[in-house]
Amino acid sequence: MLITCPYCGPRDVIEYTYQGDGNRERPDPASQNFEAWNAYVYDRLNPAGDHNEIWQHSGGCRAHLRVVRNTLTHEISSVAFASGDHHAPAARRKAEDKP
Amino acid sequence: MVERQSPLEPEFHVGSHGNFEHGVEILLTETRPGSIVQLAAWPGEEKKLIAAIRTVTGLALPDGAGGGLSNGVKSVFGFAPGKFTVADETEGLAEAFAKAVTPAIGTVTDLSHGRTAIRIAGPKAEWVLAKFFAIDFALPAFPVGAGRSTVHHDVFAQIQRTGSDQFDLYVFRSFARSFWKALCHASEEVGYEVQ
Repeated sequence: MLITCPYCGPRDVIEYTYQGDGNRERPDPASQNFEAWNAYVYDRLNPAGDHNEIWQHSGGCRAHLRVVRNTLTHEISSVAFASGDHHAPAARRKAEDKP
Repeated sequence: MVERQSPLEPEFHVGSHGNFEHGVEILLTETRPGSIVQLAAWPGEEKKLIAAIRTVTGLALPDGAGGGLSNGVKSVFGFAPGKFTVADETEGLAEAFAKAVTPAIGTVTDLSHGRTAIRIAGPKAEWVLAKFFAIDFALPAFPVGAGRSTVHHDVFAQIQRTGSDQFDLYVFRSFARSFWKALCHASEEVGYEVQ
C-alpha cells in the first residue's frame, strides 16, 4: 500500500504509523459527560468503504496526515496535512490541566 | 577543541573491498561535518527562517518540498514542512543560527554530536541505496541538492543528493556503525573503496 505524503511524495506504508480513526470528536478535557467520553474511546463507524483516518509519516517528514482509505480495497482517495485541523489543539493537554 | 571520535572507527577500513577486480564502483567515506543543525519554523514563519539560512550560510534555498543545495562546504535541505537540516565543515553553526533565528521565528537544534554523515559516491550509488530505501533515486525524481527523509528498517535517515552520483546520508550516531556495516555489505557486489 502506498500513501502519497503531501511533502515527501509516494511512500510505502511501512514508513507510516496509524494514529487511529479520524472521525473521533474529543470531548472538552474538563467534560464529565461520560457518554461523550465513552463514545470517543469506544464507538467506531467501522465502514465497509471510505474511512477517515489519521496517519503519521513517522519514517519520513513526521507530519500527521488526514487520510481517506477504502477499507475494502485499500485505495487511498485523499491525503492532507492534519495540522491546522480543529482536532489538534483539543487533543493536546495543557500542563496546568489535572489528569 | 577535543577531537570528536567517529562511531565508525572499529569498522572503518580504508582501502578497496568486495568484488573490485573489475573496478571500484562505490566510494564510501565519512564527511565529518563540524556542525549539523536542524531548524524548524513556527507555522507561517517559514520565509523568515529561509531568509535566516541565507544570511548565515549564503545559501538560497529553492522552493518546494525537499529542496536544497550544497556549495561543497555548507549544505542545506528541507526534510519536513518548515524544517531544514544544515551542515557545515566548520563548527559554530548552532551559535550563528541562535542569533539569526529568534524565538519568534522558530527553533535551532544542534545535532553535531547526534548524527553521523556518510557519503556514498560512484556510478552504482543509486543501485546500492535502492537496496536500502524504498524511494526513487533517479535524477529527475531526486535532483542534485534535494533532501529526503526515509527509514532503513528503524534507522531514520536523511539523504541529500550532493552530485549526480553522490549522496550524503545523515543517520543517528548510535546506529551509524551498524548502518555503515550494512552499507559496506551492500556495496560488496559492485566493489567499493573506503576513503
